[in-house]
Amino acid sequence: MNGEERQALSWGNLALSVTAVAIVGTVIVLPLLVVLKEAFAAGFGVWAASVTDPDARAAVALTLGVTVVVVPLNTLFGVAAAWAIAKFRFTGRSLLLSLVDLPFAVSPVVAGLIFILLFGRHGWLGGWLDARDVQVVFAVPGVLLATLFVTFPFVARELIPLMTEQGTEEEEAALSLGATGWQTFRRVTLPNIKWGLLYGIILCNARAMGEFGAVSVVSGHIRGETNTLPLHVEVLYNEYRFTAAFACASLLAGLAMVTLIVKTVVERQAARQTARGGET
Amino acid sequence: MSISIHQVSKTFGAYTALDDISLEIPSGELTALLGPSGSGKTTLLRIVAGLETADPDGSGRILFDGAPVTESPVNRRRVGFVFQHYALFRHMTVFENIAFGLRVKPRGERPLRDEIRERVHALLKLVQLEQLAQRYPSQLSGGQRQRIALARALAIQPRVLLLDEPFGALDAQVRTELRRWLRHLHDTIHVTSIFVTHDQEEALEVADRIVVMNKGRIEQTGTPDEVFQNPASEFVMKFLGDVNVFHGRVHNERPVFTGDSSEDGSVRLLVRPHDLAVLPQPGPGISIPARVYRVMTAGALVKIELLDGQNRLVQVQVPHETYRTASVHAGQQVYLAPKESRLYGQSSERLEYVI
Ligand SMILES: Nc1ncnc2c1ncn2[C@@H]1O[C@H](COP(=O)(O)OP(=O)(O)OP(=O)(O)O)[C@@H](O)[C@H]1O
Ligand SMILES: [Mg+2]
Repeated sequence: MNGEERQALSWGNLALSVTAVAIVGTVIVLPLLVVLKEAFAAGFGVWAASVTDPDARAAVALTLGVTVVVVPLNTLFGVAAAWAIAKFRFTGRSLLLSLVDLPFAVSPVVAGLIFILLFGRHGWLGGWLDARDVQVVFAVPGVLLATLFVTFPFVARELIPLMTEQGTEEEEAALSLGATGWQTFRRVTLPNIKWGLLYGIILCNARAMGEFGAVSVVSGHIRGETNTLPLHVEVLYNEYRFTAAFACASLLAGLAMVTLIVKTVVERQAARQTARGGET
Repeated sequence: MSISIHQVSKTFGAYTALDDISLEIPSGELTALLGPSGSGKTTLLRIVAGLETADPDGSGRILFDGAPVTESPVNRRRVGFVFQHYALFRHMTVFENIAFGLRVKPRGERPLRDEIRERVHALLKLVQLEQLAQRYPSQLSGGQRQRIALARALAIQPRVLLLDEPFGALDAQVRTELRRWLRHLHDTIHVTSIFVTHDQEEALEVADRIVVMNKGRIEQTGTPDEVFQNPASEFVMKFLGDVNVFHGRVHNERPVFTGDSSEDGSVRLLVRPHDLAVLPQPGPGISIPARVYRVMTAGALVKIELLDGQNRLVQVQVPHETYRTASVHAGQQVYLAPKESRLYGQSSERLEYVI
């Protein structure tokens, strides 16, 4: 390579780098800074008051509660679905695969509406539920269901390509060595998908905490009861309580940052593991 | 432990991978399943292991020492299975890979820690890789991986050992080395073994008995000598080594190969390259006219390439000594006399003939 070429290349590189930094700056870093600036615009005291307000506390509690229920469930479903799809050939396999993708294909708002149509007072199951005094829509169960639906694909989608690529030979080897089905899963399948699984859980977790559209439709915006953190932010914003809105938004941003850090650590660990254990 | 395979068939959709296979494998022998790609070798091996089930028409059965195992799942059969692509547990060290079969035993049967360590080290010694215990599979060469896979399979003291193209993914030199080593290992431990291969040389060199398969059927079973010297069919003869095919017709109850016969002669004569004599004049028996095309003297045998009357390539191999006394040169007109040959009719049936 001669000097001129290298020059041209580095100019091109520089231009690309500048563009990338500019885009990341305007679309990601700047908004984050604005959130933080606005949140603390009236001082730390106001920020603290905003996030400890009873409604805000209820919203945080609901968000965390929903996440704690939804993420383990979807981890379980995701692993089961990925295991079935990747390791077995059966009729209905491609149907299952499409079903896993469905929540990604459907707009969250439509997903919310589906639940209204199903469980709402005038919905298909509304009468039946009413008779038993069970309220799903405009109540916490609705919020749970909507979040469960929207975050369903994350774990499965992360695992299916990984498990498909790994094939079934290691499992067959384990079985031929006398392992039971459960031992095979615990000692061979699970360690092989460990990092992918963790990554899927993190993504699922992030979405569960941040979901707005579907939850917004089914929650009914009952303050202190069915408002999750993102919904609470919207309510505050619509009431022109900007500082409070940004204070709560800063909490969400904080959760996102934590997720990001955990994700980076996981990725680094996974890379190290791959470098060492790699493929056979 | 002897293995009996009784009337096993296997279909995948409309495709018949195994067609009514019956086979007896005597205790303590090393048997090769030899056949071209797609002949059903892997499928048969997997059915013996329990990784695949035979067609459920009720007749297919697998017996170990006379006791049916058809109903017992793979993890109860105690078979050692060695996969073509090793299938080592990638997240475990070599030590843990070999110890796996011992660690997953039910509590009552599980050996103690120290016992496991001893057993694993004994196995590592057996496969001559003691220094690699703490490595991960990705840090091993192909040949080393295969030996670890074998050690792992042997750890459970399997009743039978099944190897699916154990050396298929290795280069020629390592293959030869490992196949000798496998033979030696088998002579030490004497576990009934079946190994799959599509390399006739490998089968002839390593196995006590060879089962030649073709299109889901068994063509022939026998010792390497039997199948090589006495192939039961045209397929077996062609598959076990190079052969020259001469097309001819039957005239006055004798086959003739004058070279002027039409393409679709009614008989085919199969002769191995080392079973052809090159004569300057027609001999008393079958003599096939041919013209020398090329002579290669480098190698253990002199290789002579000729073109017969129908311009088809014929290969002949003669020892250097023979060649020195009767040398030929390119372009020379000669006659080929089969010393040892087989005659097959139109539908591949073997024909007897006297010269
Ligand atoms: N799971 C399967 N589904 C459909 N067809 C299969 C399956 N497994 C094997 N077959 C078919 O059965 C036939 C025999 O396959 P098998 O793997 O036993 O061949 P093989 O003799 O081991 O060949 P190779 O030397 O290439 O490994 C092949 O034509 C293959 O396409
Ligand atoms: Mg095969």
